[in-house]
Amino acid sequence: MRDSIDSTRLGTNRTGMQMAPQQAKEMLDNTELDVEGADIDTNGQGIAEMRADYIREADPLGSVPPPGTMKGAVKSGIKMMKGRRPQAFIDKLGERLAYERGGTRLYDAAIVKFTTFASELPDVDVAELVQIREQEAEHALMLIECIEQLGADPTAQTPCADLVGVQTMGFLQAVADPRTDLAQTLNVLLSAELVDEAGWEILIALAESMGQSSMAARFREAEQQEQEHVFKVRGWYEAVTIEAGKLV
Amino acid sequence: MTFALFDDRGTPLERQRFTWRELAGKPISKLDDDAFTRVRVILMHGIESEAVRFQHAAARMNGELRLPLAQVRRVEHHQQTLVNWLLGADHSPLETTIGYEQVAIEITAALAQQEPDPYLAQTYRYGLLEDFDHMYRYAALLDRIEGKDANNILQSYTDVAPGRPTVVEHRSPENDLRRPFDRRTAAPITKLNAMTLVAAEHQTHDYYMHVGPLFADPVARQLYAEIASIEEQHVTQYESLLDPTQTLLEQWLLHEANETYNYYSCVQAETNPRIKALWERMLDYELGHLHLVSELFKQYERRDPVEIVGERLPEPFPFESQREFVRETLANEVDLRASGPDYVSLEEEPQSSIDYRNQLNSEGSPSEIVSEGYVWRPGTELTRKIVNL
Ligand SMILES: [Fe+2]
Ligand SMILES: [Fe+2]
Ligand SMILES: [Fe+2]
Ligand SMILES: [Fe+2]
Ligand SMILES: [Fe+2]
Repeated sequence: MRDSIDSTRLGTNRTGMQMAPQQAKEMLDNTELDVEGADIDTNGQGIAEMRADYIREADPLGSVPPPGTMKGAVKSGIKMMKGRRPQAFIDKLGERLAYERGGTRLYDAAIVKFTTFASELPDVDVAELVQIREQEAEHALMLIECIEQLGADPTAQTPCADLVGVQTMGFLQAVADPRTDLAQTLNVLLSAELVDEAGWEILIALAESMGQSSMAARFREAEQQEQEHVFKVRGWYEAVTIEAGKLV
Repeated sequence: MTFALFDDRGTPLERQRFTWRELAGKPISKLDDDAFTRVRVILMHGIESEAVRFQHAAARMNGELRLPLAQVRRVEHHQQTLVNWLLGADHSPLETTIGYEQVAIEITAALAQQEPDPYLAQTYRYGLLEDFDHMYRYAALLDRIEGKDANNILQSYTDVAPGRPTVVEHRSPENDLRRPFDRRTAAPITKLNAMTLVAAEHQTHDYYMHVGPLFADPVARQLYAEIASIEEQHVTQYESLLDPTQTLLEQWLLHEANETYNYYSCVQAETNPRIKALWERMLDYELGHLHLVSELFKQYERRDPVEIVGERLPEPFPFESQREFVRETLANEVDLRASGPDYVSLEEEPQSSIDYRNQLNSEGSPSEIVSEGYVWRPGTELTRKIVNL
């Protein structure tokens, strides 16, 4: 069996009930328990109330820092957003920047996995993976320029940027785990790319609505590349997954 | 014939070495390894963290022993690392929590049955029913916030059902203190059992305190806050069983004997050969510690270590499902309450504990809210509707 599809081997997975029939039978006694309120369909009602209570009282994650420099070009950039809230735009630019930087690192982790199994990879072109990685890094640099154009601070972590870290923690954990195989890694990359693509689409719409059409044009180029990322990663993922299902 | 403590000097301290690569070795498989392998990993992490904790406390109170304490403690720290790093990153903090409570239940139940002192055995059964309830509350949390089945971790060894309700476990501190064993008359096994439970509960407390704030969900944040508070009570309870008149070196000697005993029990039970080899290696390291501390004990106290720890280890304790014992204890003792060091009936619980918990629970009880109407089912409670169609 190829190491790269090793995780689909049959083995002694012990998590299910069928692995220990006698013990499982004893476990089932617990389903007959007379727990107060068990037959009423209010399960989780208290949880919803507690959550609602905290939601009402919560402070936001934090704020968007005000633009620091107000040079001529910057002023005109901001002016175009008249009647709009530039901070909403800056927050989303910060988000994409965080996503692209994180995405670059996600590919760094993934690429090692692919080069380790290079001899087993008829379906995946590592050079193309490296190219995607480079494009994510270029997107990040382009976003830094855009944020600077608005006089905002590209080194600040905005609230949406912060949330990217929370949201993608699982991606990084799943890809960096030495035990996950190529198909599992590609599945994670596909999730990341789908969100990535949608994120750019929304950023383009936001830039347009802010009167930032030249930025929107740059974002469109990035979005073109993101579409290719989705297409390629989906193709590899499908090929490797089907391969794993074949009799060797 | 059980293990002779002084026949083999184990690995000398200067040969107890590690590399980073060894410390961050391959984890066990959450899916394929036996749940009791994880139980042993968690327990031994608790034993090692207690070794580090105790030796730090000792160093604060004794200047002469600081050097040997520092030398042994460095190894304890690396043992702790090696053991704890055996847990794979595919365990969510909440899944690991299920593992911690499985340790609390299965180990406390096993030790309660081998404990010769009836008062200590009663104390273990008392604590057992509380950790048993924690399992039920955390299983509800795991099901309701992550959509996962606690039995994927438990592997059908441990029941998921209410015990002494967590909401009433909150006691005023004087009702958590127990009567200590007597160092002169207690059997070595009595001393070892108490130390094992102090270690297990202390690490559980520390773990909940670390992971509680990692959760975004207020329901989880509240439940961890609540159960961590009970674990603090459990540490207080089990710690108060230790005779405070034991000398510092006597306690150190017993700690090393207990590490030896725990690793010895792990070696007997381990089914994963790679992990078994690790337990054997650690057993040899602990024998090395025991001999080193025995020499210090002879030098400073002019006493024979055998008087304290005996010549041989007790029978190893079992790592297996204690379901029947737990069910029986639940049926007979769930309504016991603590009054000072004594166990009394429900009606006799001191007002001080009732007042204490009424205040804490006055803005709602997380353990009640999270598990309202919860009945464990294979594959989570979401499968119920399908079954009932
Ligand atoms: Fe991308
Ligand atoms: Fe140790
Ligand atoms: Fe507990
Ligand atoms: Fe406990
Ligand atoms: Fe030790």
